[in-house]
Amino acid sequence: MATSFRTPLARARGLGSAKEGVHHWKLQRITSISELLLEIWFVTQLIRMAGSGYSEWVAWFSSPINASLMSAWMISIFYHTKLGVQVVIEDYVHGRPYKIAALLALNLVAVALAVAAIFSIVTISLRG
Amino acid sequence: MAEFALPKNSRPVEGERHKAADGATNVKEFRIYRYDPEWGTNPRIDTYELDLDKCGPMVLDALIKIKGEVDGTLTFRRSCREGICGSCSMNIDGENTLACLKAIDDCKGAVKIYPLPHMEVIKDLVVDFTHFWAQYESIQPWLKTESPEPARERVQSVEEREKLDGLYDCILCACCTTSCPSYWWNGDKYLGPATLLQAHRWIADSRDEATGERLDDLEDPFKLYRCHTIMNCANTCPKGLNPAKAISEIKKLIVERTL
Repeated sequence: MATSFRTPLARARGLGSAKEGVHHWKLQRITSISELLLEIWFVTQLIRMAGSGYSEWVAWFSSPINASLMSAWMISIFYHTKLGVQVVIEDYVHGRPYKIAALLALNLVAVALAVAAIFSIVTISLRG
Repeated sequence: MAEFALPKNSRPVEGERHKAADGATNVKEFRIYRYDPEWGTNPRIDTYELDLDKCGPMVLDALIKIKGEVDGTLTFRRSCREGICGSCSMNIDGENTLACLKAIDDCKGAVKIYPLPHMEVIKDLVVDFTHFWAQYESIQPWLKTESPEPARERVQSVEEREKLDGLYDCILCACCTTSCPSYWWNGDKYLGPATLLQAHRWIADSRDEATGERLDDLEDPFKLYRCHTIMNCANTCPKGLNPAKAISEIKKLIVERTL
């Protein structure tokens, strides 16, 4: 590394505070609460629907409440995943181009999976 | 990527052995990390045998005895020898602590003594604190006010003063900060538990008038939010403080002002 004559304080301050982080922190907690509630709901539904076949499940998905809650669950899951994996990338991936590429890929994959999940729910729901 | 292994030229090799004096009956081994940039070689682990019957009870007593009677080249920081100055912080028996507060008897087998983890070593057990001190300075650890200076001292209620307990006691030995994996991987930007506990010490001070600015300066994905509540800091603090709690208090205050 080339010699730098910046003072230790200048280096410690760096580019200063990004003035963000609280939004990420709050949403991580909010999505974990929503996931918990929606998972409890889904498990009770699984128990109630135990032994059901294809047509019963299509009927279940055609209920607007079930389809909406399922969609909310998917959004919650993929948003929470995005927030969590983002932290892992920021912690461990240090090369700038790799980090930016990883964060970009994460966002695209999370959105793509959420869209695919909701599209599937809508498709099944419309068959009922 | 984060560094999970030491670079080749930093891996310690087996070093010299200094035998205990003849006739010693209560012998304990001390395995100590040695490094001198002038050697131009890898660091090494030297073994010193000491007669505990002729040594004080603490690890610092043993280090002072080695330096005074066995090997004068052994280099370490120490001053108060009673857990107030924070100079003799090092990694003993796998845990960051103060050599003056760590009893030799609490170490099973050989006493392994290393410098604080993931810091640049200057010599032997002495590490470079330049960046640590600069980060401490960056949070402006002094009282900031704008109101005209009062004619008497700045008063505080008993309850307000109690809020500083567990914060003002920090001696900045850096045991917590250098035990934190987040600090290992991102210490260039993450302030680390010691500095954040000190930041909270001024945020919690009823006499300080810069709380909002202090929170502004901390709200950053790296400076503050690299803390993932791993709790190594609270486990290792030789003063029994809880930096993780202080950090979560800062996070709570930053949420509170958005609600």
